[in-house]
Amino acid sequence: MKRYLLPLIVFVVLLGFLAVGLNLKPREVPSPLIDKPAPAFKLARLDAPDKQLSLQDLQGKVWLLNVWASWCVACRVEHPLLVDLAGSGTVPIYGLNYKDKRDDAIAWLAKHGNPYVASLSDTEGLIGIDYGVYGVPETFVIDKAGVIRLKHIGPVTPEVLRDTILPLVKKLNA
Amino acid sequence: MLDVPSPAAACGGAGRRDGSSSDSAPLRGRHWWPCEAGSAVSARSVIAALLLALLCVGVSAQDARPLADDPVLEAQVMRIAEELRCLVCQNETIAASHADLAVDLRKQIRQKLQQGQSQQQILDFMVQRYGDFVLYRPPVKSSTWLLWGGPFLLLGAALVGLILNIRRRRSPASVPLRSDEAERVRRLLGEEKSEA
Repeated sequence: MKRYLLPLIVFVVLLGFLAVGLNLKPREVPSPLIDKPAPAFKLARLDAPDKQLSLQDLQGKVWLLNVWASWCVACRVEHPLLVDLAGSGTVPIYGLNYKDKRDDAIAWLAKHGNPYVASLSDTEGLIGIDYGVYGVPETFVIDKAGVIRLKHIGPVTPEVLRDTILPLVKKLNA
Repeated sequence: MLDVPSPAAACGGAGRRDGSSSDSAPLRGRHWWPCEAGSAVSARSVIAALLLALLCVGVSAQDARPLADDPVLEAQVMRIAEELRCLVCQNETIAASHADLAVDLRKQIRQKLQQGQSQQQILDFMVQRYGDFVLYRPPVKSSTWLLWGGPFLLLGAALVGLILNIRRRRSPASVPLRSDEAERVRRLLGEEKSEA
């Protein structure tokens, strides 16, 4: 009996590791920017390229930064949710139009609805790099002091919005 | 986000094909590759491998283009890019990946080198944005000690197990022999001595 004990323990430990491994999400790389000041930017607005918007302009309020692109298929999944959220007026959403063509982006918004107070044109993806963006869509929650409080990788789901983003926004606004 | 098959793999396949070119068997049907025990390769997959090899000629030509500008700088860019993990194709380096982000980050590395930044400054820039995950050689710290120490821990455990096992085998049986067994041992040993 005793000789089977050790292999059994090894097996159970291995099983435990594998079970944990199966439930990890290696695609979601934790961002080092959480609880750090949001990287500065000064970008042209998508709707008015002659006007620029910078991080300072957004100080003093809690806001969402949603990275999107017209070529991004997953963005279509979360988009209706964002349009609803914008309609509710809970929190302003700003878009970072990542590596997109302006005409495509404008046409895409016209077709799917525009939840953004303003979208910033990050044509070269440089601000995306500053924010550690490695896939689209990604969503950041930024607080009144301009500190990144949350980064959500991938499409925002109703669950994530209800259980994570909205409670956080409420807390930050309190 | 491009899912381009790794050119290295495609080229590797082509190499194996060339290695046994004197043997026409693979084209006739099932054939066991000498270097890949257990995998049967059909004529169709050989043709596919050849096509992939052709593809990889095209791919590497595309990869090599920027070298013409400044080979020294480009070598430096690639050396740094090989230290960095691509976040889109997570098992590729930024040097090897064809993902858009990898291309952008190589561009960043190039620009920063042109601005006179050091390798360490560039690696720090990447870590600030993407975390330690971006480094192929993560730093030793409290959250990574298991990663670095784990193999040695396993080796130590295996060694301890081995030593215990050997000791147990060497130690004489603690159960005393019965009188008839002792008699038999004496007889056997005695016979052996007389034969020697």
